Amino acid sequence: MLEVTGFTKRFRGIAALDNVDFSLNEGEVHALLGENGAGKSTLINLIAGTFPWAEGVYRINGRTITSLTPQVAQEIGIAAVFQEFSLVPDLTVLENIFLGREQSGSFFLKRRQMRQAGTELLDGLGFHLPLDEKVAFLSRAQKQMVEIAKALRMRPKVLILDEPTASLTDGEADKLFHAVALLKARGVGIIYVSHRMSEIRNLSDRVTVLRGGKRIGTVVTSEISDEGLIEMMVGRPVEQLFPSIEHRPGAARLEVQNLTTQDHSVIGASFVARAGEVVGLAGLVGCGRSELCRAVFGLETIEAGTITVGDKTIARPSPASMLANKVCYFPADRGSEGLAMARSARENATMSSLDLPALSAGPVLKFWREREVIKAPLADLALRPMAPERKVSAFSGGNQQKLMLARGLMRPFDVYLFDEPTVGIDVGAKVDVYNLIKSLVEAGASVVVSTSELPELINLASRVYVMHEGKVVAELGQAELTEAQILSHYFGGRA
Amino acid sequence: MSSEQATMAPLSVAKPTEHRSSLLDRFLMQGGIVITFLIVAVVATALVEPRFLNRLNLTNVMRNFALLLIPSLAQMLVMTAGGFDLSVGAVVAISSVVTAAVMLVGSGYFPGMEIAIILLSLVAAIGVGVLVGLTNAGLVASLSLSPFMVTLAMMSVLMGIALYFTQGIPIYGVADSFITGVGRGQFLGLPIVLHVALVVLVVCIVMQRFTALGRHIYAVGSDLRSARLSGVATGRTITIAYVLAGILAALTGFLMTSRLGSGQSTIGGTLALETIAAAVIGGVSLRGGVGRAEHVALAALFLAVIANAMNLVQVDSKYQTLVLGAVLIVALAIDRLLLRKRQA
Repeated sequence: MLEVTGFTKRFRGIAALDNVDFSLNEGEVHALLGENGAGKSTLINLIAGTFPWAEGVYRINGRTITSLTPQVAQEIGIAAVFQEFSLVPDLTVLENIFLGREQSGSFFLKRRQMRQAGTELLDGLGFHLPLDEKVAFLSRAQKQMVEIAKALRMRPKVLILDEPTASLTDGEADKLFHAVALLKARGVGIIYVSHRMSEIRNLSDRVTVLRGGKRIGTVVTSEISDEGLIEMMVGRPVEQLFPSIEHRPGAARLEVQNLTTQDHSVIGASFVARAGEVVGLAGLVGCGRSELCRAVFGLETIEAGTITVGDKTIARPSPASMLANKVCYFPADRGSEGLAMARSARENATMSSLDLPALSAGPVLKFWREREVIKAPLADLALRPMAPERKVSAFSGGNQQKLMLARGLMRPFDVYLFDEPTVGIDVGAKVDVYNLIKSLVEAGASVVVSTSELPELINLASRVYVMHEGKVVAELGQAELTEAQILSHYFGGRA
Repeated sequence: MSSEQATMAPLSVAKPTEHRSSLLDRFLMQGGIVITFLIVAVVATALVEPRFLNRLNLTNVMRNFALLLIPSLAQMLVMTAGGFDLSVGAVVAISSVVTAAVMLVGSGYFPGMEIAIILLSLVAAIGVGVLVGLTNAGLVASLSLSPFMVTLAMMSVLMGIALYFTQGIPIYGVADSFITGVGRGQFLGLPIVLHVALVVLVVCIVMQRFTALGRHIYAVGSDLRSARLSGVATGRTITIAYVLAGILAALTGFLMTSRLGSGQSTIGGTLALETIAAAVIGGVSLRGGVGRAEHVALAALFLAVIANAMNLVQVDSKYQTLVLGAVLIVALAIDRLLLRKRQA
């Protein structure tokens, strides 16, 4: 149905995609796999018409296409759900679903007709969303659902899903898988980008692996092992995803008691993180674990409770005071909370370290030292490409994440709070992040990881707190860390 | 909305920022601040200065309101589309000059055909507005220049043209029927200019609520990239917003000429500030994507009332601009405080 051959795209002379072939059949789920920067995004963007390709032939249903815009792509039946949403925050769910495709008479909108069509569309997918809520007030998962519904409004023949489950809980993801199966049965071809092996295995018929802008191979999913896929992806056999961490729990470094936030996203939560161990925070998206981390770092207004760092009780935490007390926080939302996208990698890496003696003398920055100081942490994290003067926005997701982490490496901290440290980054970058956590813990720091990835909790943490509706409902020791044990607390009571 | 959330499947989604919107909150969101401001201003003025309620004075307030409302709606259109139009006042001035000049010249060629000449001058003025709107939009949309700078420069250019053309001297000789019929004319006991302004208002409301164009203007102003990816013709939408704004500003210039009885290059000097004030007090977001015509109308009425009140109690005009600025700052502060409360 869809076939591209010899696709090439260069950005400023660098080939992001080099002579890549790709095909998609009706009713097929074709997964795209590759590390960040491998060319997956470029390929799907070319197919969706976001920008033009330099060389190559694009055929759909036997028709050769010479140029494409997103609008034209939608009209010929290609719809895409990118990680970055194309939703307008000030319009409602319903208005967003039909944005740019409003059904209208000669002049006036057919509002009732659109409401009905929108309701049917969402019901068909099994998504429950408030139609008249402004998108700005939705959770990320809800936005994801709106985005998918919107992609389907034109009844596309080709649907591109770019890491659709990155921000969904397991239950929500199941709904998505159900919708994928439904579309597949209707004959829709689906290009599925994901870093999660289990999804690729369960959903896809074929997998194409990209590396460094080149196509490494296309295989039938059932005929290859996970290890085989990872090997194709990283170009060498991968011994182990998770490093084995030696936990040596010592003195309590961070103690939170009965913490309640003003918006009641966290209610009476207590936990303790000791030196030399990784503490996991588990729970569904929206259970309050992100907010708990944010509250500790002074980003949420606290109504009650105490936070103790070392032996100091911090009455009113603020990012500045927590940093001064050697607590460091890495947010889940790199774009809006972590990085200054328009500034260079160098400036971002040193942003919270400008007061270090290595970098400043009183009010004057030792800017000539800056380039030297960042070399080691960026090398430790294997930033790719190693171009500190590049704008952050020009880096891939995984490398942006590394830049965030680089900030925490500029000086020693006692406590590191990670919120979803591996969302949307590739296997290679994940391994780098896990190794970083290992080295921090083994150097005696205390690490708190809030994540929706169960394997991360099981393999990295020495203890796990499970949260549900803002409360800590269970604490599990290393011996109890199994998927079943953790999951049994996800919904409050014992399942 | 709450009922829909209640029926959500337990697993569907973690709840979004919860809305415990009390009646008061909702009132404040739905233009309640403007209404409160307006009522307070009207009652206070009526108490302090009973002459406020004179029929003659009220008619005067209505005229001023109408002549502020039209350019404020122009400002609103551009602001909701994510821009600014600082050239509003300058378009008013130049279209006033054009209106009068066309009438003066036209009456020499076609003596006695006053209505045709008036229509011709209206077409000429609106033509100027369209031209300015297209230029502004072209620079903003195609070259992605900052709307603030583009329209600021445009303001300077237009003011220069108008002043050079008239040497700062008013152009007299506009048709008498134009002054008596339009500027001072009444229909159903209300000024003609008010009727015109109300028609414009209704058209704006309908456009915003019930047409795809209205929705696209909000979308473009709220998130340009998303709008483009959704298939909205963003360049065209922005262009339409600026052109409509140009037309409305030109219409204002035309109506002001009928009121003043001459074409003047010096009017509209403070309109950029006044219209932005009306828009912002009316809840139009400085970041685009939010704002409703009916709320802007209330804000314009409020500004017209306090301006009138200050004239009645003979406040020096120098202090009047001071008050306008202060009111604007207070409105911005209240808006931000409410937003913060809502987000908490």
